[in-house]
Amino acid sequence: MNNTDKRQLKILAAKARLGAIIGTFNAKSGHPGGSLSAADIMTYLYFKEMNVDPQNPSMDTRDRFVLSKGHCCPSLYAVLAQKGFFDWSELESLRHVGAMLQGHPDMKGTPGIDMSTGSLGQGVSAACGMALAAKCDNKDYRVYAVLGDGECEEGQVWEAAMFASHNKLDNLVIIVDQNGLQIDGPVAEVCGIEPLDKKFESFGFNVIKINGHCFDDIEAAFENAKTVKGKPTAILAKTVKGKGVSFMENQVDWHGKGPNKDEYEKAKAELEAQIAGLEAEC
Amino acid sequence: MADVVTKATRESFGMALCELAKENDKIVVLDADLAGATKTSIFQKEFPERFFDCGIAEGNMMCIAAGLATCGKIPVAASFAMFATGRAYEQIRNSVGYPKLNVKIAGSHAGISTGEDGATHQCLEDVALMRTIPGMTVLCPADHYEMMAAAKAAIEHEGPVYIRLGRLAIDSFNDPDTYEFELGKGITLHEGDEITVIATGLVVNEARKAVEELEKEGKNVRLINIHTIKPIDRDIIIKAAKETGRIITVEEHNVIGGLGDAVCDVVTSECPVPVRKVGVYDRYGYSGPAWELLEKFGLTASGIKKVIEEELAK
Ligand SMILES: Cc1ncc(C[n+]2csc(CCOP(=O)(O)OP(=O)(O)O)c2C)c(N)n1
Ligand SMILES: [Mg+2]
Repeated sequence: MNNTDKRQLKILAAKARLGAIIGTFNAKSGHPGGSLSAADIMTYLYFKEMNVDPQNPSMDTRDRFVLSKGHCCPSLYAVLAQKGFFDWSELESLRHVGAMLQGHPDMKGTPGIDMSTGSLGQGVSAACGMALAAKCDNKDYRVYAVLGDGECEEGQVWEAAMFASHNKLDNLVIIVDQNGLQIDGPVAEVCGIEPLDKKFESFGFNVIKINGHCFDDIEAAFENAKTVKGKPTAILAKTVKGKGVSFMENQVDWHGKGPNKDEYEKAKAELEAQIAGLEAEC
Repeated sequence: MADVVTKATRESFGMALCELAKENDKIVVLDADLAGATKTSIFQKEFPERFFDCGIAEGNMMCIAAGLATCGKIPVAASFAMFATGRAYEQIRNSVGYPKLNVKIAGSHAGISTGEDGATHQCLEDVALMRTIPGMTVLCPADHYEMMAAAKAAIEHEGPVYIRLGRLAIDSFNDPDTYEFELGKGITLHEGDEITVIATGLVVNEARKAVEELEKEGKNVRLINIHTIKPIDRDIIIKAAKETGRIITVEEHNVIGGLGDAVCDVVTSECPVPVRKVGVYDRYGYSGPAWELLEKFGLTASGIKKVIEEELAK
């Protein structure tokens, strides 16, 4: 990827993080940690990888995206807003009564959301159903699902994994946001999931391990996935929970709470400085 | 009147799916390693490329159905009622119901008439569970002809539907030449003004026998068949409450949350009259031949007749 493109993606991702902070601050709740760790991957998907049209969100040839870890929607909403699915100002009423942006993704109420999620483990199965529909209809759209690493403790993830490889869903890519943390602590301490690569390999997946904040890695992984026939791909993305906001990074505490006014100002200043720095390079 | 057909509603449903799939290429069928028992195997044989066995993973199956529905398919997801609605309740609630997806859930081996397999397989809660999901249509057809019509209506209806299927082969009583199925509309099978019996599913025919015997004894009992438990036909129930003043509900289900409760919801707010529920009184079933169990639980014609007589004597 050339440097201009990379810089552009970095700016978009930093803005997605800023949007997540704006949303969770105004909501006085929500999940900043996992929103920040997945921001680069979702930015790449919507701005480089997926065939979507904000003017025609239900276009039937579009690629599909399922945020299986639905709680991380604040940054997804910010990505969708930047892409033009709805107005950026919607972020300010995230989780408010009557707002379009629900606490977890609502496909009926929010343009650009392909599946309602929030109950961990279910989105990945729905993504399998979408990929299967494409196969049935000989359509070439692809399906992407982002999962949490804690989410991989759900048995249903593995039911879906079996189904995906049994049905040779090579149009399905699941990305595990391996930020190492869940609610009660580090994944390794709560109920370890490693070796995750071997697990997915033994479930019949093409497995790619990447740094989930490196756009060259992300691009290479998605490009590789397209070349693999007959099996689904699992991208295991090593990430930092809370990435981009110094005091949120790697903190279990920042899984599920909104920043207060001071924290918001601090986080906003950090992210705006990042954006300004990147824009100055242009 | 056409000949009586003796068939389990699961088999009728499997046949109906085949018929419907010939006209509608959006229909796909999912099962969870019970195709032979739920009779989706009938569909599988004719449309192998539109049938997907998800293995023994009911929760996963419901969400796969949801994903298929977002892409324009009409998925039918079948398993035993116990596992379809019990194991996968939350998947149905959050991934099918909440997004109002066009998924048809078929729960076979519902009720005590599942028989020998016993309590773990005799689902007595499926109607209650599915009724709690906003926007879910809940169907419980009573014989072969009604099931054929209900399956068609379920596929034509846009939105989530739960359809209850039985294991036991039962006699048909509807006349296919005159039978008309309308989603959400009850059917008066027998006129009467002394009391009303409202039944659903396999026990409708038992109630019919009871009512006809009572007629010979000079008693005028109204009988209503409720094939759509949700949305329920409020008008037919209110009319019955007003005109007959007393109601008996009959269902092969726990009395908590089933047809009886659905009827009570209507009469308590619109026209309070005494309602006696015939059903399974908050307990598990047990193993045994289906008809013996139905007898034990008071769900055959003789048991129902006895209750009607008791109520008429009040
Ligand atoms: C089925 C289910 N159980 C529990 C929860 C509550 N919950 C929300 S987020 C979360 C932890 C998720 O951790 P992880 O998957 O690692 O996500 P991330 O670290 O990316 O936020 C839990 C348990 C849920 N949403 N769904
Ligand atoms: Mg995590």
